[in-house]
Amino acid sequence: MSNRISEVFAKAREEKRACFVAYLCAGDPDFDTSVAACKAVIESGIDILELGVPFSDPLADGLTNQLAAQRALESGMTAERVLDLVRAVRAFSEVPIVFYTYYNLVFAQGSVGYAESAKAAGVDALLTLDLPPEEAEAHLAACADADLQTVFIVAPTTPDERLPLICKATTGFVYYVSREGVTGEQSSMSLGIASRVSAIKQHTDLPVVVGFGISTAEHVRTVAQSADGVVVGSALVNCLATNLSDRTASIAKLKEKIGSLCAESSLSG
Amino acid sequence: METAKKKSELKIDPEALPDKRGHFGSYGGMYVPETLMTPLFELTEAYHAARKDPTFQIELEHQLREFAGRPTNLYLAERLTEHCGGAQIYLKREDLLHTGAHKINNALGQALLAKRMGKTRIIAETGAGQHGIATAAMCAKMGFECVIYMGEEDMRRQALNVYRMRLCGAEVRGVSAGQKTLKEAVNEAMRDWVTNVRHTHYIIGSALGSHPFPMMVRDFHRIIGEETRHQIIEKAGRLPDEVSACVGGGSNAIGIFFAFLKDLDVQLTGVEAGGREIERGHHAARFAGGRLGVLQGAKTWILQDDDGQIDLTHSVSAGLDYAAVGPEHAYYKEKGRIDFGYATDTEALQAFRDLCSIEGIVPALETAHGIAYTMRRARELSSNQIIVGNLSGRGDKDVQEAARVLGDL
Repeated sequence: MSNRISEVFAKAREEKRACFVAYLCAGDPDFDTSVAACKAVIESGIDILELGVPFSDPLADGLTNQLAAQRALESGMTAERVLDLVRAVRAFSEVPIVFYTYYNLVFAQGSVGYAESAKAAGVDALLTLDLPPEEAEAHLAACADADLQTVFIVAPTTPDERLPLICKATTGFVYYVSREGVTGEQSSMSLGIASRVSAIKQHTDLPVVVGFGISTAEHVRTVAQSADGVVVGSALVNCLATNLSDRTASIAKLKEKIGSLCAESSLSG
Repeated sequence: METAKKKSELKIDPEALPDKRGHFGSYGGMYVPETLMTPLFELTEAYHAARKDPTFQIELEHQLREFAGRPTNLYLAERLTEHCGGAQIYLKREDLLHTGAHKINNALGQALLAKRMGKTRIIAETGAGQHGIATAAMCAKMGFECVIYMGEEDMRRQALNVYRMRLCGAEVRGVSAGQKTLKEAVNEAMRDWVTNVRHTHYIIGSALGSHPFPMMVRDFHRIIGEETRHQIIEKAGRLPDEVSACVGGGSNAIGIFFAFLKDLDVQLTGVEAGGREIERGHHAARFAGGRLGVLQGAKTWILQDDDGQIDLTHSVSAGLDYAAVGPEHAYYKEKGRIDFGYATDTEALQAFRDLCSIEGIVPALETAHGIAYTMRRARELSSNQIIVGNLSGRGDKDVQEAARVLGDL
C-alpha cells in the first residue's frame, strides 16, 4: 500500500541513497521555534521528520533529549499542542512524520483514541519506545485500524530469535539502534551494522534505518552504505540547545548542521 | 459484615502469580526499551534457576542469618497497646536488621544472584537511602563495584545515609532532574543499565519496575510474613485480625502480607503517604489520587495528569515519595484482598514521636506512616483483637530531618 513513508524510501532507493531521518523534540524550546526548526530541516531536504513527544520521565533518553523534553513541557506543550505542531507542519509540507513517544502518553488516551487523533493531525507512524511487541497487541490493532504505521526498535542486545516477532509488529520501518561502535574502530563499526541490518532484512521487506548517536558526516556516510535510512537526533537538538537566547542563530546553526550531514546520505556521492 | 462476607468468597492463588511475562492480572508486565528485553528474560531465567538450586537457597539462608540478622522479633508493644486502648499491637522488628531496614533481604538475595550471573558491577536507586545502604553493604562484602543513584533532594534529607554508602565504598551519584527524588533516581539507574547491561546488575529496591523485579523483590521479602505468621501463632496462639505496613513501592508490605494472603480472615492494609493533603502534587497516595498507567516498566496505579505526564509528589519521607505503586498491590486492591489507606505527614510525624516516647523505638519516617495507621486502627478494635504492624526500618537516618521539621523538643 502506498503511503508517505514507503514513498520516500522508494524514491531514495531510485536515487541510490539512504533516507535522512531528522529527530527533533516537539515544542523545543517553544512552539514557534519548534515549527521554525521543523521548517528548516524540511527545507534542507530531509526525508522523514521524527518528532519526540515530550514526556516527564524519558528513561531511555540521554541528557540532550531529556533537557529538550523538559524545555518543551515548561513552554506549555501538551498532547493537544503536539498535534497542533503536526498540523502546523502539514500546512507547508508532506514530509512523513513519525512520533517517538513513551507508552504512558498513548495509554492515557487509549491507543484507539490516540492513533485516530494522531492520524487525523497528519502523523504517519508511531514509535512507542517502552512498548515491546509482547505487550502491544491492542496497540497494534488500534494503529492498523487508524492506518497509522508502526516503528519498532532492534537493539544490539536483541538476539536473532526475537527478530521475527519485532518485524511482524512493524509496518513502517525497523529502527536499529547501535550505541556500540560509536567510539570504536571505523571498520568494525560498519561491519557490525551491515551484518545486523542484513540479519534484520532476512525477516522483513520493510526498510531498516540506523541511529546510533550519529553526529558527523563520516558516521552518516558509513551507515548509508548498509541501511535504508540514517537517523540524526541529538546533534540537531544540540543546535537548538546551545543557542537558546538567539532563535535566529539556532535555526541557522541547525540548517548548517543538517546541510553538512544530509549530503552524505547519498551512496554514490 | 459486608466486606468479610465478600472476602470469604475470594479466590486467591498467590503462588500462581505473576504469569510468565510478569502479569498480576492486568497489572505489571514488561514495558521497557528493547535493549532491556533480552537481559530481563535472562535475569528471569537465572532467577528461576537459582530458586530451584539448593546451593543458592542454603547460601541465602546462611547469609540472612549470619550477616543480616534474621529472624527478627515479633514484639508485643505493651505500652503502645495500653496508650491506644484497643487491639493488642505487635510490631515486626525489621528495623533490627543489619543496615537498618527490611531492604537487606532483597539486596542480599539479588547480590548473590548477580554473583551467580557473573556480573561485576552493581547499580541501584535509592530514596530514603535504606536500599542504597543495604546494596552498598552487600557490594562491600562481596567485592562488587557499586554505583547508587539518588535524587539531590533525597541526598539532602538523608545525608547520613549518603555518607554511610560512601563509607562502604559506593559511588553515590546525585540526580538533579525533575523533582530530584526517587522517580528520577530510577530513570537514571535505568539509563545506566541500558548502557552497561552486559556486565552490570541493577538491584531495584522495591517491588516495582519491569518483570521479573516485582516478583523477585517480593520473593526475597516473603520471609518477613512467613516468620510473622509462625511467631504470632506461637505467641498469641492464633492469626492476627489485621496486618498493616507502609507502601511506597510496596516491598515491605508485600513481604509481610504474602504469607497471609490466603488467610481471608486476616485483614491486610497498606498505608500510603498522604503528604500535606490529597491534592495534586502534595501527596504520594496513588490509590487515593492516581489512575492506571505505565511507568518505569510496569502497568500500575500512577499519579499523573490527563495527558499521562507524571505528577510531582510530596511526602515527608523520601522512601514513600514516589508516583507509582508496585503492580502486585494494584492487583490485590482490585481483588479486594488488600485495603489501602494513607497517613499524612503530620500523622506520621506524630506516630514517629509516639513510638519514640512510648516504646523507646525510633522508626523510619516511612515506617511511621504504617505506625500512624496501626495506632489509629488499634483504637477502633477491641482488646481481644490483634493487629501486627511491620516496623520496616529504623529512624537513625531521619533524626536530623525530624529535628529540622519538629524543632526543639
